[in-house]
Amino acid sequence: MKQTRKPELAVIGAGPAGLGAALAATEAGLKDVMLIERDIELGGILPQCIHDGFGSIVFKEVLTGPQYAQRYIDEVERANIDVLLNTMVLDMGADRRITAVNATDGIIEIEPRSVVLAMGCRERTRHQILIPGFRPAGVIMAGAAQRDINIEGLMPGRKMVILGSGDIGLIMARRFTLEGAEVEGVYEIMDHPGGLTRNVVQCLNDFDIPLHLSHGATFIHGRKRVEAVSVAAVDENLKPIKETERLVECDTLVLSVGLIPENELSKRAGIALDQATNGPFVDERMETSIDGIFACGNVVNVFDLVDYVTHSAETAGRGAAEYVLEGRKREKPVKVTPGRNVFYVVPQYVSDIGRDIDFYFRVQHPERAVRTRILVGGEPIESKKHRMVRPPEMIKQGTKPADFAGKRAVSEITVEVVPGEE
Amino acid sequence: MKNKHNYVCINCPLSCSLELTEENGEVFKVTGNECKVGARYAEEEFKDPRRVVTTTILVRDGTLPVLPVRTAEAIPKRLVIDAVRALAEVVVQAPVTEGQVIYPDIMNTGVDVIASRDLMKED
Repeated sequence: MKQTRKPELAVIGAGPAGLGAALAATEAGLKDVMLIERDIELGGILPQCIHDGFGSIVFKEVLTGPQYAQRYIDEVERANIDVLLNTMVLDMGADRRITAVNATDGIIEIEPRSVVLAMGCRERTRHQILIPGFRPAGVIMAGAAQRDINIEGLMPGRKMVILGSGDIGLIMARRFTLEGAEVEGVYEIMDHPGGLTRNVVQCLNDFDIPLHLSHGATFIHGRKRVEAVSVAAVDENLKPIKETERLVECDTLVLSVGLIPENELSKRAGIALDQATNGPFVDERMETSIDGIFACGNVVNVFDLVDYVTHSAETAGRGAAEYVLEGRKREKPVKVTPGRNVFYVVPQYVSDIGRDIDFYFRVQHPERAVRTRILVGGEPIESKKHRMVRPPEMIKQGTKPADFAGKRAVSEITVEVVPGEE
Repeated sequence: MKNKHNYVCINCPLSCSLELTEENGEVFKVTGNECKVGARYAEEEFKDPRRVVTTTILVRDGTLPVLPVRTAEAIPKRLVIDAVRALAEVVVQAPVTEGQVIYPDIMNTGVDVIASRDLMKED
């Protein structure tokens, strides 16, 4: 009964990252791939993201979340991939041993020859942003409300206040409205929206939902159910300005205040994590600090586009196949350093300059008329013009092996943003 | 007689604030745009703004209680709320396959509403 399974690859999580990685590994020649998912179906978060806007890069058409997922689910079902649904991974060691559990098999021990981590991310909660007040029912995260409505068919409330203007919050403002609830307004503590302009326009402006920038929640009222929320404008230090405080009656407070990569398993295995991304350090193959353990998608850093999640997943899946089939040994990796106006860069290391590398990065603050550059030993090898760069919009910039020509001893790579022309 | 309409361009991170001036229903000029994509966007938003509509509808005997659906193409923005109201009355029988027409020719737009995913029948 309790037989140890020894696949070539175990993929943990079957959202867009896990689906893409499992398929890419199969296409690269692996015959024994296991895909482990805790939910009752494949797709991860996509089945609840019923709005459109997915796939414009990968498929060159604009799909809804369920449509994007369906394409990969269909392919996984056709491929010879061992799918375990309703199965929760409990533990993983540095030796890649995985302990999982489900209701049919009980405890499952897995000793894969490689692993791809694809656990995605989860939402920040009320307790991570410290709003004073009571603890009534009716305080809910935007993604949880999205699941309630779009998967379970349940309405979480009738009159909402949304705190935070991340994309999920904006999309849910429209969704609540279309389902007949009233959205009193969206309150954002920063002086700019957290989500994409497209969502501000099509989810708020289209429905005359007000967006209050530089505003925060100061108190949650109601003993059993939310009855009201106090809101106030904030000063330049993000402290509430007492005189501006007002009471907003509502039955639900919806939080859209950020996402955190879900790395409990990575920590248990002793994988090195980057404090800037909250995800594992990876190299250009998406391999973590432990040989044979790869990571992709939102467990590495929160991407803005599912298309980028898929790209990173394909890189990780191919990397795992290469590791298993060729028993590749890694060269000493070179550190990739964020330079001027760069908050972080993925990958954080490069082990092999002899292949195409995609760098994904975010800026620290908005800047107009710039170039983003990749430098080796202080010399630019790649440069790209941008009219505008902003923190919510991730930048992707690639290098080819030829870009490194004549740079035999590469000891450091820097990604930076510089003003204007070169 | 000239009227002004304001839009925010959604085509790139610049997010230009656009001002379209109209004279007797015709576009007179667009300002605030840094490129021609912005001018075209403002004209579309003025003349014929369209949106893809997505919502969920009830399912009978499905593995889930609701099914996500979308308009196959964008429909005029002014019809969005009425389209969602019409879809609130619809119940489909599982199983459903992605792309299946759920509601043909919504609001006489010539655009079908289709299923966004497969949904199996509950065992």
